[in-house]
Amino acid sequence: MGSVAPIFKKEFLGYFQSPIAYIFLTVFLILMHGLLFWATGFLVIGQADLRDFFGLMSIVLVFFVPAISMRLWAEEMKLGTMELLMTFPVRDWEAVIGKYLAALAMIALAILLTIPLPITIGLFGNPDAGPIIGGYLGALLLSAAYLAIGAWTSSTTSNQIISFILGLLILLVASLGLDWIRQFSPGWLATWLAYFSLRTHFDSIARGVVDIRDVVFYLSVIGFFLYLNVRSVESRKWS
Amino acid sequence: MVEIRNLRKTFGPTVAVDDVSFDVAKGEVLGFLGPNGAGKTTTMRVLTCYIPADSGTARVAGFDTYAESIEVRRRIGYLPESAPLYLDMGVMEYLSFVASIRGLPKSMRERRIADMVELCNLGSVRHKTVGELSKGFRQRVGLAQTLIHDPDVLILDEPTTGLDPNQIVQIRELIRRIGREKTVLLSTHILQEVEATCSRVQIIDNGRLVAQGTTEELTRFAVGERRVVVRYRAAAGDVEPRLRELGGVSGINALDSEEPGTCRYEVIADETDGLEERLFRLAVESGWVLTELRPETRSLEQVFQSLTRGEVV
Repeated sequence: MGSVAPIFKKEFLGYFQSPIAYIFLTVFLILMHGLLFWATGFLVIGQADLRDFFGLMSIVLVFFVPAISMRLWAEEMKLGTMELLMTFPVRDWEAVIGKYLAALAMIALAILLTIPLPITIGLFGNPDAGPIIGGYLGALLLSAAYLAIGAWTSSTTSNQIISFILGLLILLVASLGLDWIRQFSPGWLATWLAYFSLRTHFDSIARGVVDIRDVVFYLSVIGFFLYLNVRSVESRKWS
Repeated sequence: MVEIRNLRKTFGPTVAVDDVSFDVAKGEVLGFLGPNGAGKTTTMRVLTCYIPADSGTARVAGFDTYAESIEVRRRIGYLPESAPLYLDMGVMEYLSFVASIRGLPKSMRERRIADMVELCNLGSVRHKTVGELSKGFRQRVGLAQTLIHDPDVLILDEPTTGLDPNQIVQIRELIRRIGREKTVLLSTHILQEVEATCSRVQIIDNGRLVAQGTTEELTRFAVGERRVVVRYRAAAGDVEPRLRELGGVSGINALDSEEPGTCRYEVIADETDGLEERLFRLAVESGWVLTELRPETRSLEQVFQSLTRGEVV
């Protein structure tokens, strides 16, 4: 475990060494505020609720998370620093976890910076803390699952753009895509698709109902893709 | 310190390293010499635990690179080819990252980083980011990184490629200084580099070791005989038969004398000792004036070329 901390620190601070972090945070906040006002017009009507806010966030994160994760491994491979990193006394999984947690911290920061929004909404409507906390918990779990996928796609290529597009495609299918297909599906298939859709589990948590099965679903997705990430980092040893 | 036994590594149909065995003794600077694509980098990657071998073993300080990889990694410093670094990081920040990931206790880090800055002459760039540095400085940051945890063994993959002549001299000087205390394995395809920095040479070609020894040994090994160029002020007709009769001489080649009234030969002997002396005595006994007497040395370059072209030596 000893090597997770230095890698975490290097990666997390790395976001702030270039303008990347500031650009990401600004764009994310502008998108969240702008889209919410535009899509719901809630200031005019005065009756937007938290579901609009978290629903919107779950979509914005589909684009935002792969942008944060695309450099994690792709850049190491591009620069050739991968060879040095993997010959430090670091186990492959320690590097995978360190990088993952750093990107997760970055995303959590972005998500938490939106807190004034639901509070404002709460002031207009129903000032209940439960759905806000549930919504943020759900958003963190959802983005943690998105991120595990994005981190894995980053480890499959040395090109950040390819990593981004691949991650975005998978996320689009696994969240919006499945939801869309579900509308035209017969009942039994719709149930299945709902189970595998990353967003349906989020919806129930965001309603304030934290079901352990939803949490387990996200943790399984995270575990599975982090495992693929480790395997992908190991794959240099297979040729 | 480093033991490699029957190492073999293939990439698909390509055999990158084929049955390679060698040792690097403690305190030795071993030059790993070969043309591009000979298998140097692959051997080093196995040794640094980046990739496993198909068969054979590699040990560093007694630890197996496959089974005890973390122990091996603790004991080596590695500079991959072209010194890859994180370009966005500051120089000091980078060294501090390596120090922490190398597990240096916090109390020692600042001290070691300061020592490395001093040793590798990084004082003038300590406030810059790596991306701003010239190739020479990046290479020095790379070297500082390999040394920060005071490893037993240094593995340097082509440490001077892409540098200008002044930088090359500086880096070689630095490697020589490091080599007084550490075991160093250094790969290169530049011969002067080996002659300038290494105590022993290992030549690899097409994944196989083709020769090894000190630079002098290798030169002699490849020549396998002694050649001396000699010029007497005498008639060629007199000189030639006398040379042929001389003890130990296996052949002579007439050369252009470039000076009227003289004759010039390349004399080849199987025995390596005393040929010059016998050639001198011959001149004295015959009353010839000796105007040139010069051992013909083949450079390491020629040795290398003949070895790696697959010629029998």
